[in-house]
Amino acid sequence: MINKNLVIIGGGPAGLAAAKSAYDAGERDIVILERQSELGGILNQCIHNGFGLHTFKEELTGPEYAERYIIEVEKRGIEYKLDTTVLSISNDKVVTAVNETDGLLKYRAKAVIVACGCRERPRGGINVAGSRCAGIFSAGTAQKLINIDGYMPGKEVVILGSGDIGLIMARRMTYEGAKVKAIVELMPYSSGLNRNIVQCVKDFDIPLLFSHTVVEIKGDKRVSSVVIAKVDEKLNPIMETAQEIKCDTLLLSIGLVPEKELAEKAGVQISGVTGGAIVDESMMTSVEGIFECGNVLHVHDLVDFVSKESEEAGASATKYIKEGLKPDEKVSIVGEDGVRYVVPQFLSKNASIDKLQLKMRVSGVFKNKRLVAEIDGEEVLSKKKQIVTPGEMESVILTGEQIKRIQSGKKLTLRLKD
Amino acid sequence: MKDIIIIGGGVIGCAIARELSRYRVNITLLERRGDVSQGTTKANSGIVHAGFDAKPNTVKAKFNMLGNAMFDDLAKQLDFPFKRNGALVLCFDKEEIGVLKELYERGVANGVSGLELLDGDKARELEPYISVKVVGALYAKTSGIVSPYEMCIAYAENASVNGCEFLFNKEVCNISKEKNRWKVSAKDGSSYMADVVINCAGVYADEINNMVCDEKIKIVARKGEYMLYDKSCGYLASRTIFQMPSKMGKGILVAPTTHGNIITGPTAKDVEDKEALYTTYEGLKEVYEKAVVSVPSLNKRFVITQFSGLRAHSVDGDFIIGESAQKGFYNVAGIESPGLTSAPAIGVYVAKDVADKLSLEEKEGFIAIRKGIPRFATMSDEEREELIKTNPLYGKVICKCETVTEGEIVDAINRPIGAKDVGGVKFRTRAGMGKCQSGFCMERVMDILERELGIAFEEVEKSPGGKIVVGKTKGRR
Repeated sequence: MINKNLVIIGGGPAGLAAAKSAYDAGERDIVILERQSELGGILNQCIHNGFGLHTFKEELTGPEYAERYIIEVEKRGIEYKLDTTVLSISNDKVVTAVNETDGLLKYRAKAVIVACGCRERPRGGINVAGSRCAGIFSAGTAQKLINIDGYMPGKEVVILGSGDIGLIMARRMTYEGAKVKAIVELMPYSSGLNRNIVQCVKDFDIPLLFSHTVVEIKGDKRVSSVVIAKVDEKLNPIMETAQEIKCDTLLLSIGLVPEKELAEKAGVQISGVTGGAIVDESMMTSVEGIFECGNVLHVHDLVDFVSKESEEAGASATKYIKEGLKPDEKVSIVGEDGVRYVVPQFLSKNASIDKLQLKMRVSGVFKNKRLVAEIDGEEVLSKKKQIVTPGEMESVILTGEQIKRIQSGKKLTLRLKD
Repeated sequence: MKDIIIIGGGVIGCAIARELSRYRVNITLLERRGDVSQGTTKANSGIVHAGFDAKPNTVKAKFNMLGNAMFDDLAKQLDFPFKRNGALVLCFDKEEIGVLKELYERGVANGVSGLELLDGDKARELEPYISVKVVGALYAKTSGIVSPYEMCIAYAENASVNGCEFLFNKEVCNISKEKNRWKVSAKDGSSYMADVVINCAGVYADEINNMVCDEKIKIVARKGEYMLYDKSCGYLASRTIFQMPSKMGKGILVAPTTHGNIITGPTAKDVEDKEALYTTYEGLKEVYEKAVVSVPSLNKRFVITQFSGLRAHSVDGDFIIGESAQKGFYNVAGIESPGLTSAPAIGVYVAKDVADKLSLEEKEGFIAIRKGIPRFATMSDEEREELIKTNPLYGKVICKCETVTEGEIVDAINRPIGAKDVGGVKFRTRAGMGKCQSGFCMERVMDILERELGIAFEEVEKSPGGKIVVGKTKGRR
């Protein structure tokens, strides 16, 4: 058993940022556990640019963005272990991990930051009928094959889902000489960023079909075509509208799911909406001393916001290690009327903070609304919104004064109003 | 020494191969696909039936009972996942409760022990997540679950170490008699001579039989579609939950798998195309809608994969097992449910019959025990430490969802009847069978296959004939 003040699970953007800020807040006894053979997480395969506009005020590629944080971690001499997979976290914060050189590793931690990201939703989750032949990939797998390994997953491609990775891959595969025949999106809107729709799809004249889905995958050994159809308002396919598209590859970009399992097994309470932990303003979960941040907590749109959230988690973990936890009442924070979720879900009444960012996603496309925060029915904040979409994360920043007002109440509600 | 050819590398062919490998005889198993367990064996419910379903005095009833009783010992000997978890047959209509009694009596007539009729509340005590609409149930304690492909692979590996030769990509296209021996020809031009031919060709058993016998048989491919749920739904059923055959049809089952997932299915639709292994919109809809009748809290969101299998349904309705009118030509055909349950008993029976007729002697040094691939995921920490000491690759997790290590994957590739593709690795180790369905680990498994098999990355297949990538990117060319 190794005693460690802070164990950070995951060396991607969330884990790196958390480590850096935990260190800067005064913690020195830190280890990052990363299952891949490099730090950086999924950023390493995101070789397109557009990262860092908020954090560094410049456009970086994924690996460049990761490198900035890796340098910070290296500079501080923070320990990390690569090719190391965490097997479990116990509710008393014993982290069990494994790698080839150390064998089993057991850390008794004072605090744990879970920053292990998300996974792509597989085909099973949407029940597409048809063949199970080769040529069906999640968009992220295809991205890795192309950008890391240098191999083409296919030549004629249909993409199901308009998540950001799918949109990015439409462009990437086009660059590599593949023909992207269509992007098919179940919803009447995209779940990706608007800038990706413009830069990755429209600029390349790739057909993007909303309110459509793939109803059948055909092919014996390899995909030979997919059948797509329009869907009705209840999202059920209208079979009369079915049409077949010849292709050798189907990419799935149908959503990201937090990798909640490690935390869940430690007894952490999970939100049915975000799929990640339920946390308070310090990013602490329902298990004392276990924190979550980044895409394992809720799926972000931009890595910049992952970094920011994780820096908060890192600093909070250091504070917790130093000061412990005082019993406290909490104000609950909920989303209603178009606001699908809000993170964090709780605010401690005694927390002395002068700023709190609430992050949220909306449940549909809404125009000309106000995003309103109400404490027990009374408005504390209102923000005009020309348009909000599910693909882009919304946030509001509460000031010290507003926070104090909220802390005297019971329930903070975020909603869209006319 | 005499020569025996077994046609078909499903659980039946492999069970017979294993049981015959006890004797001094040359055995060759011809499989048309690139691996064992590629047909019906790969895609079925994985149920070890108690035996109340088959009509008394049928071949099905006989082998069901014999087979069921063999599983506890066999699963230990051959190290494959099996659990005697019990089963409930649910009745939803008071007026049909008589059918449950018929099933009970049929079970008793077949010799099934431990059958019990329960009222709805008692059934819900056992299985709290079944519907409030259940008015009665038949409880069969001797029912079990098994991992069918792992059972088949275990049989094949054990047969292989005992001398049985496995030849893949051998699609039999002709069988003729030459000087009192059988000449079996494959599509690739190869041919093999044998004293005895055993037809275990599953949905194609009719074609094989009809090459040889005047008495023609017909096997219909009966498609069954399934939906598999994530392990987080595993709590929803601990026993196998059948629906009583009723006015509404045969019903579908909800059952735990030996790995802790929930399986639902199958549909039953006769199809012309014996390669029609695709799922259908209607089929999956039916599976879901019928499954929630039994267990209403099943949520589609937690489905991780869907698949379909083809059962080899004989139009006569019963198993066809034994030597045909043609001396030395055996049929083991029409092996639909309870075929998997019956497989161990069929293996012993057919092997014994062949051995008697050929006057085969049992050989010395038969290895009855087969040890499977170590399962890092289910080991204690102490066992894990020990395992990593034997080979550090057991410390490198490749499939995160199912916690499968590189050591296990390398084992799977290098064992007798080793994995040759991503699918082969998956069915032997579970890499790629978890929540992300190989999203994270497929490419890493491909790397390992490339290295261990000494093939190019582009040549790595999902399953035989299905290459995963189509070439290099511009930067690599």
